[in-house]
Amino acid sequence: MTVLLETRKLTRSFGGIRAVDGVDFTLEAGEIRALIGPNGAGKTTFVSLICGRVPVESGSIIFEGRDITHLPAHKRVRLGIAYTFQITSIFPNLTVRENVELAGMREGHEAQIALDVLTRVGLAHIAEQKAGDLAYGHQRLVEIAMGLALNPRLLILDEPTQGLSTAEVEAFISLIRQVAKSTTILLIEHNMQVVMELAHRITVMERGRILAEGTPEEIRSNQAVQQAYLGA
Amino acid sequence: MTGPANRKTLALHLAFLAGLAALDFVLPDYHHGVLARVMVLAVFAMGYNIAFGYTGLLSLGHAMFFAAGLYGAALPIYHLGWSVWPSLATGVVAGLALAVIVAALALRTAGVAFMIVTLMFSQVFHLTTLYFTTYTRGEEGLVLPQNVRRLAFPGGEISLASADTRYWIAFILFAAVLLFTLALVRSRFGRALVAIRENEERMRMLGYDVFASKLAAMAVSGTISAAAGAAYAVLFGYAGSGFASIQYSILPLLWVLLGGAATVLGPFAGTLIMFYLIDTASSHTTANLLVVGVALILLILYFPKGIMGTIRDKWVRWLP
Repeated sequence: MTVLLETRKLTRSFGGIRAVDGVDFTLEAGEIRALIGPNGAGKTTFVSLICGRVPVESGSIIFEGRDITHLPAHKRVRLGIAYTFQITSIFPNLTVRENVELAGMREGHEAQIALDVLTRVGLAHIAEQKAGDLAYGHQRLVEIAMGLALNPRLLILDEPTQGLSTAEVEAFISLIRQVAKSTTILLIEHNMQVVMELAHRITVMERGRILAEGTPEEIRSNQAVQQAYLGA
Repeated sequence: MTGPANRKTLALHLAFLAGLAALDFVLPDYHHGVLARVMVLAVFAMGYNIAFGYTGLLSLGHAMFFAAGLYGAALPIYHLGWSVWPSLATGVVAGLALAVIVAALALRTAGVAFMIVTLMFSQVFHLTTLYFTTYTRGEEGLVLPQNVRRLAFPGGEISLASADTRYWIAFILFAAVLLFTLALVRSRFGRALVAIRENEERMRMLGYDVFASKLAAMAVSGTISAAAGAAYAVLFGYAGSGFASIQYSILPLLWVLLGGAATVLGPFAGTLIMFYLIDTASSHTTANLLVVGVALILLILYFPKGIMGTIRDKWVRWLP
């Protein structure tokens, strides 16, 4: 196994509160890693540091052996780090196809990649509809399709199943299994069913630190994790 | 973008340009002169539209780019005795350079702050033209005599002071910028600009260098505005610091809003209508700006997307 991403003593504070507090984290190529933790644990801030949306205060980030700590976000995307937004962030006035094309346009192969990706996520039949008119579940899929169209080495999904129906969650799980064959996945997720079914390993965060890390079985039986979640 | 829609769009715009060209032969003198002036000012509006309409950068300082072109062309002719070609080039390059410098600084801000920063830079430019009144003659302005406003070609030269040449030079510039805008907004770069306007953060996370794209948009916008200014100086033979005042930053905004932001034909429609609105109103009342104000309020209330924007929304969806 080769290391894809590593953070060392990664720290970021907001107004005196350490949202991410000296996190050492390692992600191996090819795995599906779930990042869980109570609200306010620093999960979104942590992945925002990785993808460059939030500047790093101290510590460092190594991606494929290269220090990317101070690289601007768009350059990290070009290195292969794709981020899909927690709050759906698509172009409502464009069609589904045009949305996905924007992801491939920078490299000039938008038409082909949009067709491929839309087929993969099962949106090909509504490619010409306006994205803003779609049902919420489909909009989430457009969001993921834009991430996939970047052909990422690392796909970061921030609460992708939030607000999806049970059937849509099932479809999402099989989609991610498919995607994971070619891409490493870092997944922030609250739905434990999704986490347990998909994750190879789970990282639990609490108050800006890593509380525990292990296989789904290890995390399930971890006392500290149960306390953090149940407050017992 | 499908083939037939492309052809339809191109056909429409070429037909529009052909119509404008034909007007040269039928318009009475007064309207002929007005139209030449409107075409030059519409070039300014089209330049503004690239920043404001397509990229969503609400600049309140575009007068400085227009004036950079104006003075960049007029000063060398007036003081150094340059001929028209190199002076035009100087004007355009001055606008480009100014746009890059101002944008590199102003684009560190966004929204209201961007409006204020561009406004301040433009005010500095305006005051600079007044400070150097010795060279610019301030509000009074420089008048370029007819005998120096001659455009040299291999095989002869033409006078820019004649109404007919003026119309044709204005038309050529207008047509070139119109077709350029059309190509730009349909290009990958143009589509990226619109997407940045709609959702900047998303574009950043799709790997686009948003700052560089906006800077490029401002550079193109400033250069076109300067081209309009340079053409204005040599065609109408006048360069005054009034063109650097805030009024000339607000006017292109109003022209574009009236005609329809982010439409190719909107800037021309807006400039033309506004010109005649002011013209007609001022022949009946001294309160002509009141008429303009009422017209703008009605526009914002009933046609917030401007004339071409409304036409596009309601009837002609493929209009660029």
